[in-house]
Amino acid sequence: MIPASQSPPSGTDEFIKGIWKQNPVFVHVLGMCPVLAVTNTAKNALAMGLATAFVLIMSNLVVSSLRRYVPKQVRIVTFILVIATFVTIVDYLIQAISLELHKALGAFISLIVVNCLILGRAEAFASKNGIYRSLLDGLGMGVGFIMALLCLGVVREILGSGSLFGLQLFGEGYQEWIIMLLPPGGFFTLAGWLLLFNWLAKRRERRANSTGKESIS
Amino acid sequence: MNSDPLWAIFLNACLINNFVLAYFLGICPFLGVSGKLATATRMGGAVTFVMVVSSMSAFGINSLLLMIDAPYLKLISFIAVIASTVQLVEMFIKKMSPALFRALGIFLPLITTNCAILGLALFQTNKGYGLLQSFVYALGAGAGFTLALVLMAGLREKLELAKTPDIVKGTVITLVLAGLLSVCFMGFAGLSN
Repeated sequence: MIPASQSPPSGTDEFIKGIWKQNPVFVHVLGMCPVLAVTNTAKNALAMGLATAFVLIMSNLVVSSLRRYVPKQVRIVTFILVIATFVTIVDYLIQAISLELHKALGAFISLIVVNCLILGRAEAFASKNGIYRSLLDGLGMGVGFIMALLCLGVVREILGSGSLFGLQLFGEGYQEWIIMLLPPGGFFTLAGWLLLFNWLAKRRERRANSTGKESIS
Repeated sequence: MNSDPLWAIFLNACLINNFVLAYFLGICPFLGVSGKLATATRMGGAVTFVMVVSSMSAFGINSLLLMIDAPYLKLISFIAVIASTVQLVEMFIKKMSPALFRALGIFLPLITTNCAILGLALFQTNKGYGLLQSFVYALGAGAGFTLALVLMAGLREKLELAKTPDIVKGTVITLVLAGLLSVCFMGFAGLSN
């Protein structure tokens, strides 16, 4: 969060928008596969979020610095190759840091390559903007993505195994909701969060409408 | 080398570990194209075809990379092959059936970023499947994807007529449906014993 306080207003906006207004998961519904697949514990969710954010930031940097030299026809292939390179780096990095984590995340680390979020940001933002702004955009989107993954991971771990980051929260008598750890739980939790966001948006709209009417009358 | 029998590989990829509902691969087209039954069927066909072709190519590339001892190139070469396969399929469909080409629209190039296809290539190398096993695995995964997509499309067409509160319309109700479908598919887990 350091750049937000030091950068000029426009840069701050680039950073903030990814976290809330254009949150990649809850607003754009991008990059769903890892969001649902590896969020059965908060730890996995955090690791996956960090890995994705790293790839996102690095690929945004490279794509934006190469943007003048890449011919338009082959840009998508170039972007994908850049992303694949960074994903390979992350894959080997996680394997070196924690083999256990690498096993838990499995093929989903490699599958960061096809996360539509990263290619989407490269195409829609980094290929058109300078390095500095692309970096901030990558940071913001990355933080937004990590937050979204944590939202799911925390709920699923608390309900599914009664713990948070491996710490037991409830007493012995807690009956775990096994379903939350299984694939259907991912769908249900995400549906729940989206419902909450829909409800907040609706409520804000209604309030804006009612205050608007009052001022007219 | 893996020695799973072919029928077990097919059943496993199609029903027990369905790519969409158990591994969460290919969620984007699953949510995006499952609005209409007809489009869903065609999309399933296109994905199955790309899966088979790219799985065969992935098998060849993997053998080659093992020969020159460069496993770290695996991911990059897989994605390059998949991207070019999709390009080929796109040109083929455009030539053979312009109507289908228009119906699939943006989702055809997006098959490239369909994680199910890259996932399939990675899983088959991790499991050490041979050529014939990879072929059957790809067929099973494609069939499973099509099945999930068609079931979902059928459900969503019915849902159009149901009375749902405004707030859950769209993605939320679709996700709940997908969750219920996923619960149903978990019943197939008993088959693996």
